[in-house]
Amino acid sequence: MASDAPLVRFDDVSLHFGGTPALDHVSFEMGAGETRIVFGAAGSGKTTLLKAALGLIKPDSGRIFLFGQDITELSEQDLYDLRARVGILFQEGGLFDSLTIEENVAYPLLNQRTLEAAATQSNGAGTRTTEERVQEVLNFVELGQTLEKFPSELSGGMRRRVGIARALVTAPALLLYDSPTAGLDPITANTIIALILREREERNTAAILVTHRYLDGHLIANFRYNPSSGTLERASRVAGDSRGVTTKFFVMNEGRLFFQGSESELQSATDPYVQKFLRHGSS
Amino acid sequence: METFQDFFILSGRALRNIFRGPHYADDIFQQMDIIGVGSLPIVMLIGLFSGVVMTMQMARALEQYGAQGQVGQIVSIALVRELGPVLTAVLVAGRNASGIASELGSMRVTEQIDAMRALGTDPIQKLVTPRLIATSFVLPLLTIIADFIGLVGGAVIAFTLLDISGSQYWTAAWRALEYNDLAQGLIKPFFFAVVIALVGCFYGMRTTGGTQGVGRATTKAVVVASVWIFVLTSMVTRVFLYYK
Repeated sequence: MASDAPLVRFDDVSLHFGGTPALDHVSFEMGAGETRIVFGAAGSGKTTLLKAALGLIKPDSGRIFLFGQDITELSEQDLYDLRARVGILFQEGGLFDSLTIEENVAYPLLNQRTLEAAATQSNGAGTRTTEERVQEVLNFVELGQTLEKFPSELSGGMRRRVGIARALVTAPALLLYDSPTAGLDPITANTIIALILREREERNTAAILVTHRYLDGHLIANFRYNPSSGTLERASRVAGDSRGVTTKFFVMNEGRLFFQGSESELQSATDPYVQKFLRHGSS
Repeated sequence: METFQDFFILSGRALRNIFRGPHYADDIFQQMDIIGVGSLPIVMLIGLFSGVVMTMQMARALEQYGAQGQVGQIVSIALVRELGPVLTAVLVAGRNASGIASELGSMRVTEQIDAMRALGTDPIQKLVTPRLIATSFVLPLLTIIADFIGLVGGAVIAFTLLDISGSQYWTAAWRALEYNDLAQGLIKPFFFAVVIALVGCFYGMRTTGGTQGVGRATTKAVVVASVWIFVLTSMVTRVFLYYK
């Protein structure tokens, strides 16, 4: 894999479910440290885009590249190694009901082949056990006291945060967030976005974030987490901050990538479908 | 046709996974407990009453020929060859094919199966193969227990209502059985187990449409598994009669 290859590349990808297009000739690419915000109505293909990027759904035509490798025809067994480098937060949470929060978060470390061998991983201070790593990421999402609980004992927002912890536990090179704020009250939704910004501040991980809230995209494109004050602040106030440049917006409609561009291009778009997301976001 | 194709692909992968790792022993034992131990009381109850009813009905028919003393023979052949395997399998299908379909269906609609794939686990290896192994192991055992309890139920009726001595009943029952009958009685539950586990898993794994979809998957799993149990018992019986 070439080191300068895009992390994700879709090359004219189409996918149908029973004759209905879920992805319709979608092409884009994104590199390390970049963020893509994906807007779209229900059924526009946002979740399908994420699942296809991870090889969970195979396209009918076109090619998908992950970390420079063509995954279109890759077998499930070969995909596991690539997926170990990607963290994903599912729309429905995807937490295992029968496992405790600790077991859920530890699951990728104990089951992904490339990570299993390194269940204890080295860092500067020595070795960290799986338990310590799990505790660390749960502390990051401020749920360090929930180790022994089951997902059903947590609120929707807490489950979403556990999902983020599970996505982060392997320190992935790419993060996929599927509607992380859907169905949450505004305060909890902003907490989730703050966590995503904090992760980006600390590791600058590339991310694709699917949402229908314009505010989520606006915050991610324009704000950063200040570790010293523990608050969000405008990125433009920080000298040399380039996150606004590396964050791009997609709008999907009936499987098509209807719009792609910067936030200012999105705001100046005149198409009524695109405008709909701006109007809803500002309300 | 496509459904058949998908079913055989799932079955092939589940069977192939038996011979390659990783093996989830904990899941296998957990499923044995759920399917085997969990089904034991109802299987014993149904086994007992099928033996009781068979004995009463057959005794009345045999009385016309003055052969009431041979009731143990009829009951043991009917139970070991057909009633024990089929009734046990239908019960386990109702209890466990539905349970498997609803559990896996719920996991499917809440994206737990996608999460499993995303986190490096083959859901067929983790969910389907342990259920297949567990069901294939416990259903023949449950059938043996149901057969025995059924014969005991028959003995109680023979002794209390028909005035047949215990030794006469058990001698007739034991002598009636040939290796062919025992083989038939053990091979059938094995085939039924494969069908119950795979049908339950198949409908669970392809659930769509939220909670309503889970309900539909559960119903389909029980109906299809039950129908296949009767189709398979006819086929296996025919094969055994042909090679007798």
